[in-house]
Amino acid sequence: MNATVETAVKRKDPMNATVEAEIKMKAEPTLSPAIRTVNLNFYYGAFQGLKGVNLDIAEHQVTAFIGPSGCGKSTLLRTLNRMYSLYPGQRAEGEINFYGQNILDPKQDLNLLRARIGMVFQKPTPFPMSIYDNIAFGVRLYENLPRAEMNDRVEWALRKAAIWDEVKDKLGQSGLSLSGGQQQRLCIARSVAVKPSVLLLDEPTSALDPISTAKVEELVNELKTEYTVAIVTHNMQQAARVSDFTAYMYLGEMIEFGKTDEIFIKPKKKATEDYITGRFG
Amino acid sequence: MDDSLYQRRKRTNQIGLTLSMLAMVLGMTVLLWILALLFYKGFAAFSWTFFTASTPAPGSEGGGLANAIVGSLMLVGMCTLVSTPIGVLAGVYLAEYGDQSPIAGLTRFVSDIMLSAPSIVIGLFVYAILVAQVKHFSGWAGMIALSLIAIPVVVRTTENILRLVPGSLREAAFALGAPRWKVATMVTLRAAKAGVITGVLLSLARISGETAPLLFTALNNQFFSTDMNKPLANLPVVIFQFALSPYDNWINLAWGGALLITLVVLLINIVTRIFFREKVSA
Repeated sequence: MNATVETAVKRKDPMNATVEAEIKMKAEPTLSPAIRTVNLNFYYGAFQGLKGVNLDIAEHQVTAFIGPSGCGKSTLLRTLNRMYSLYPGQRAEGEINFYGQNILDPKQDLNLLRARIGMVFQKPTPFPMSIYDNIAFGVRLYENLPRAEMNDRVEWALRKAAIWDEVKDKLGQSGLSLSGGQQQRLCIARSVAVKPSVLLLDEPTSALDPISTAKVEELVNELKTEYTVAIVTHNMQQAARVSDFTAYMYLGEMIEFGKTDEIFIKPKKKATEDYITGRFG
Repeated sequence: MDDSLYQRRKRTNQIGLTLSMLAMVLGMTVLLWILALLFYKGFAAFSWTFFTASTPAPGSEGGGLANAIVGSLMLVGMCTLVSTPIGVLAGVYLAEYGDQSPIAGLTRFVSDIMLSAPSIVIGLFVYAILVAQVKHFSGWAGMIALSLIAIPVVVRTTENILRLVPGSLREAAFALGAPRWKVATMVTLRAAKAGVITGVLLSLARISGETAPLLFTALNNQFFSTDMNKPLANLPVVIFQFALSPYDNWINLAWGGALLITLVVLLINIVTRIFFREKVSA
């Protein structure tokens, strides 16, 4: 990325207005953030899981969160779509700015927020319904599509997730009949189908074999042309392969954040270097 | 290696194994004895008229249990229609909505007490609030009494089975922006379908043999009737009355009725197992 990159992005806003956005990205200047956290603190009851995290997640880039178990990387991801709000006793303080809107606002409509910020989990979680309905379920929540358009949308999402060829002849079969790697790609397709603007991936490949992992990683690379991606991973090679930016976290704090190349080649902090080179963690 | 220690462990193991075998044999013997006696005495009563004729008048010959069979089917069927939606909805509320609300805690507590309440108390309760008020026994009263017994069973199993649905599945549905009621009905309840059906079937098995609550409510009817406003014949009460009677044909019919109920409960249990096996393999 050293030349000026121009991408014309057409994306459908989940709130129904079609947004035609032309984004000019340059290699060096700051990219516009899709999400910005300001002094974000998070508490599991009395335990503080995140300590003053300031982070910009750049639009149409892949941002990876790395760090040892329990460092707060998944917690951070789960604040971004307010998933924690399902559980009493968990709360966040500070600000999470999503295209100009503070999503920690108690008045924030969580269902709409989650339709715009999708999430894929560590373990595949296909719904107990057909492959087709797994995809259509999320779409039907916010859009009333005629049959033919729904068929197109399902195919489009399954193609995006690189699983269409494997399932096109058995869309009526249960999603549970697929293999683990296929199930995970089905789940990615399900998230993509509702056309969110941000995708959160919580260790999406930790339960997958190397071949499925490679497919999912390839997918992440493709998805960023249309979506902003944040990924939590235990696998540092994966972070190096798929991400543009990397955040290293430890004990709830953001230790270092920067371009992936810089973090992996010449980290500014000793702690980051120790973790990346395997001397710790 | 300490040989004496090893020998002692072997002996302990043998004693434990022997004791558990004995307990198993004792249980099996009683169960098989009951079944054998039921088949021996009851099977003889099975005939065409057993299923087509109504209960005989005192002193008259022959007769069957047609009125009691139909009455029992009506009671159990309607009770299932009433208790399934109430029980499943309450179970969904407890598992998906009321995690920490005080109302849910209270509901769970009351439901648990109802689950272990003696069924005769339920019968007396319905007698007091309904039968004593309208001054006659009725099928409706019997249906209500049975429903009060079945609902807590359905509530409990529905809640338990929904709690077995992994939280990640729930989160995945929420992550798509699904509102809570859609998550509950489209995702978790679907995932727990086999278990919920099992709960309903178990409640069915439980109520199909209940006698005490029907004594005070549906009572019995010597004639064929499908009027829920009148006393309604039913197998458990007929068995109770006929078994204690001095007439040989009545006693025979009681054995036949007992065998019939046992077979139906057995069938329900087998169907339940099949449902559960499907769930496990899915």
